[in-house]
Amino acid sequence: MAKLKLAKKSTKVDMTAMCDMAFLLLSFFIMTATAKVPEALPVDTPASTVQTKLPEENLGTLSIAQGKVFFGVTGREERSETLKKMGEKYGVTFTDEEQKKFSLIDGFGVDIRQMKQLIAMKNEQRMKAGTQPGIPLDSTNNQLADWIKISREVTKEMHNKDLDIAIKGDAKEEYPTVKKVLDILQKQNKNNFFLVTGLRNDDF
Amino acid sequence: MAELNTGGDSGKKGGGKVRSKKSNPGVDLTAMVDLAFLLITFFILTTTLSKPQSMNLALPDEPKPNDPIPPETPAWRTLTIVLGSDDKLVWYSGRADGPPLDGPAVSTYGKAGIRDLILSKKKGVDDRNKAEGADLEKSGITIILKPSEKSNYKNFVDILDEMAITHVKKYATVDITPEDIKMLETNNIYN
Repeated sequence: MAKLKLAKKSTKVDMTAMCDMAFLLLSFFIMTATAKVPEALPVDTPASTVQTKLPEENLGTLSIAQGKVFFGVTGREERSETLKKMGEKYGVTFTDEEQKKFSLIDGFGVDIRQMKQLIAMKNEQRMKAGTQPGIPLDSTNNQLADWIKISREVTKEMHNKDLDIAIKGDAKEEYPTVKKVLDILQKQNKNNFFLVTGLRNDDF
Repeated sequence: MAELNTGGDSGKKGGGKVRSKKSNPGVDLTAMVDLAFLLITFFILTTTLSKPQSMNLALPDEPKPNDPIPPETPAWRTLTIVLGSDDKLVWYSGRADGPPLDGPAVSTYGKAGIRDLILSKKKGVDDRNKAEGADLEKSGITIILKPSEKSNYKNFVDILDEMAITHVKKYATVDITPEDIKMLETNNIYN
């Protein structure tokens, strides 16, 4: 008679598959995550319950805080093309090197005539609070309107699409500044845009 | 799993077998899995939270000089909200230059403030429309928003959010008039 041996059941679970899956997901999330880029103009957005996602490309962002307005578009080619045309309009010529450096800047807030100095600056210096005074937008020198107009034209040429505009306003910003920006957009028949907001809990 | 014993002493049964201790080829993965899941949770949370939310805002077209004058909305169907300072607002229905139908009164934003008023006004207009047999879609309540110079951007977003929460379809942002400013001043919310 063969001796009956009771197989001892191991208490350990095979974790190989679980581990595989966990790392697969982990690598996926790491790769899709985008690093937060420091902004030249820190903006504390107000919260809202509406949750529309912002488009990822073809987007022009207007940041409004401390009475200053900053502007930035997505896409490097769009940026350098916009700068080139803007320079032509204001009689400033930018070299290829400068255009390339400009296309790496996410948002800026200077007069076009000071743009060369801004491009020449180091990244840390550019991001320092108070370095950039905001884009002029009064009626005699309305560069912001030109920036928006030209970037819209550039997007139209390159992608045959209208540029989406997002307004990223600071919660404490006084309404007149916002109103000025809204008026500029309305004058260009850009009547539909996004207001960037944070997420609000339900008991508002 | 079945194991084959291919040792020399196959004849003997039972004890006395010399078995070399097999080292376990598997590594303990528990700690590794723990860590992996911790990181996954972290990345899931940060990726979804960092995506900026946004709300849509549509403004009317800039009126052209030779456009026909749009038909006026009857006063009882409108509600005007004037945004003042100190996170407060003034509302009234009807017109500012004549005696308003209701109000003006001071209120605040959110659940404790203007929400109930908007909902009851909306219901009032809908009920009257139903009684008169008017088209509910076309002639619902019209809310006129007038942000003053003393209000901030947060107030503006809050009130737009309120429009979304109360499902008011027709609302418009209009420039403030001197009458409205006077109304804010008498209520001491124009500082």
